[in-house]
Amino acid sequence: MLKRYLVGLAMAVTIGVGGAQAQVKIANIAELSGAGAAAGTVWKDGVDLAVDEINASGGILGQHIELMEYDSQTDPQNSRAMVQKAIDDGAYVLLGTVYSSSTVVNMLVAQQNGYPQLTGSEAPAITQKGNPFIFRTAFGSQKGMPKIGAYLSFGLKASKVAIVWANTEYGKGGHDAFVDVTKEFNLEIAADLPTEQGQADFSADVVKIKNSGADAVFAFMTEEESARFLIEAEKQGLELPIAGDTVLGSQKVIDLAGAAAEGVMSHVGLSADAPVPTIQAMDKKFTERFGYRPDHNAIKGYIGAYAIKYVTEMVGEFDRQKFADTMHGLCLQAKEYPGLLLDICWDQNGEVSRESFLVQVTNGQQQIVQTLPAN
Amino acid sequence: MAEFLQIMISGLAAGAVYALAAVGFTLLWQASQAINFAQGEFVMLPAFFVLIGTGYFGLPLWVAILLAIVISILVLGIAFKKLVVEPMLPHGTLPLVIATIALGLLMKESVKEFYSAQGQPFPPLFPQTVFEVFGAAISVQDVCNLLVSLLVILGLQMFLQRSRTGRSMQATAQNPAVAEILGVDVKKMVMYTFIINGFLAAIASILISPFYLAKFSNGETLGLIAFIAAIVGGFNQIRGALVGGLLIGVLDNLAAAYVSAQYRAAVPLILLIVIIMVRPQGLVGTTEGRAV
Repeated sequence: MLKRYLVGLAMAVTIGVGGAQAQVKIANIAELSGAGAAAGTVWKDGVDLAVDEINASGGILGQHIELMEYDSQTDPQNSRAMVQKAIDDGAYVLLGTVYSSSTVVNMLVAQQNGYPQLTGSEAPAITQKGNPFIFRTAFGSQKGMPKIGAYLSFGLKASKVAIVWANTEYGKGGHDAFVDVTKEFNLEIAADLPTEQGQADFSADVVKIKNSGADAVFAFMTEEESARFLIEAEKQGLELPIAGDTVLGSQKVIDLAGAAAEGVMSHVGLSADAPVPTIQAMDKKFTERFGYRPDHNAIKGYIGAYAIKYVTEMVGEFDRQKFADTMHGLCLQAKEYPGLLLDICWDQNGEVSRESFLVQVTNGQQQIVQTLPAN
Repeated sequence: MAEFLQIMISGLAAGAVYALAAVGFTLLWQASQAINFAQGEFVMLPAFFVLIGTGYFGLPLWVAILLAIVISILVLGIAFKKLVVEPMLPHGTLPLVIATIALGLLMKESVKEFYSAQGQPFPPLFPQTVFEVFGAAISVQDVCNLLVSLLVILGLQMFLQRSRTGRSMQATAQNPAVAEILGVDVKKMVMYTFIINGFLAAIASILISPFYLAKFSNGETLGLIAFIAAIVGGFNQIRGALVGGLLIGVLDNLAAAYVSAQYRAAVPLILLIVIIMVRPQGLVGTTEGRAV
């Protein structure tokens, strides 16, 4: 009897061990609370969706992904600690953070440890520091500025522009890149207004813009601040055209600002409304699962997770150095790698090159006005 | 001139809402010697009651607002007094201060947990139109916010000065022992104070959220500003809290427009330091002696 029991137990253990699949740990460090939660939580949902799909289709090199999530609290120092914790916890590759102010700090930890990091941040400085382990999931804000400058100058025939921007790493990068573009297009800067992270009251900023003599506004802030600015602009009857980069015309800003976002023009790297079947399919799956539409941050998170899968499978093993080396100069086509949604290239600095879109907010939706070629 | 006028109106509109929260601070202090460090979260929470009403139960906005005011009175007024203040107060002011800090954290984290960390859109209450005065575009929403806040504070002031209950509340605030000897139901008067604070917090929350968005962390800024406004104006005077709130609202906007947006947050703190050094009882407060 005892012998039969022991045999049964041994068989159960054997089956249990055989049934358990090896797992690869991937860390996602994101702004799950604090001022950047609007961006970080949708990025996280995008990552979650991709990881579940990857696991359902067999994982990476036959190993299921164990996703480890860390909250940066939108605090650069905390994000640095979380990156270190993710490394200590045995992560293979890192995803995040979204806020540039955090990424410029925490990417040094990843670099020192030789950990590839796929970030959603868009500040130009991130890929200009010679870090061989940082890779974007969307292009830096400097790439969109010439397109916005051309739109303001030739599309709107603007000659004076007011700039309202977030006084953060992300905002400074975008501001400086846009100021360079104004020189190129002979746009006079009528007002240059830095705003604070988490700023709630934009009334003084809007008043200054109204009295600046500007004939267009360039807004470059994060989601909630952009929405508050648009609400205040509408409240005070600011009738100037407002243009910006990816965030300004994002679905999150449209949801928060409501009617105040109507007519806003933006250059968007990734949009759920893009006339691209792979993005539309992702939009459908995301909306069904989370009950809201994905914005550019969700799409970035999704692409980031899939990039890890595809690049690792190209390398053929879980080797961080080879992963980083392979990504430099790599171009992948969405036809072969559908999880990347659009054709994408990474240069030697981890900067991304990809098609983009000019978007106008109409009836609470992003309307793609023009598809712009990769630059 | 037009720019200055617009900034003044916007500043007064924001300041009037800060004043509502600051008045709550002073009322609780006068009635129970309690400094409510969760006051910012008290202003943050009612907006979510409204959103739950409109979002989850599909109620019309005004019904949800009325319901939110009632819930705020019950939760932030009566329940707060019964469950937090009454058990803690006999142990002294310090345990109560710590308890309100903990309560603020609990409220903040609970909203984050149950309603996400993201800002939520809050429907506008008044027409989104502007009209011109001396070349300045004045927002109807700003004017309405200012009027509603001032009417509420004026109504409260009249209630406290002209009604029998209001005078009893004042007597309780000045000297509870003597008020009790004179037949005032001190416990009831203190309870009224907490109910009024819950009401004021709800009004402030509903007025400010269409512009600030409803967010779990809103209380951090609003609580600090209300606290500073109460000290600047005078912690023992309702009109002091009103003056403090309006002053900070206007100064904040003037600083952002004419000094630097980067240092606007420092302006109320500088004002606080100057007031404490020059006139510790606040701009319109009175010197108060207490036995220790």
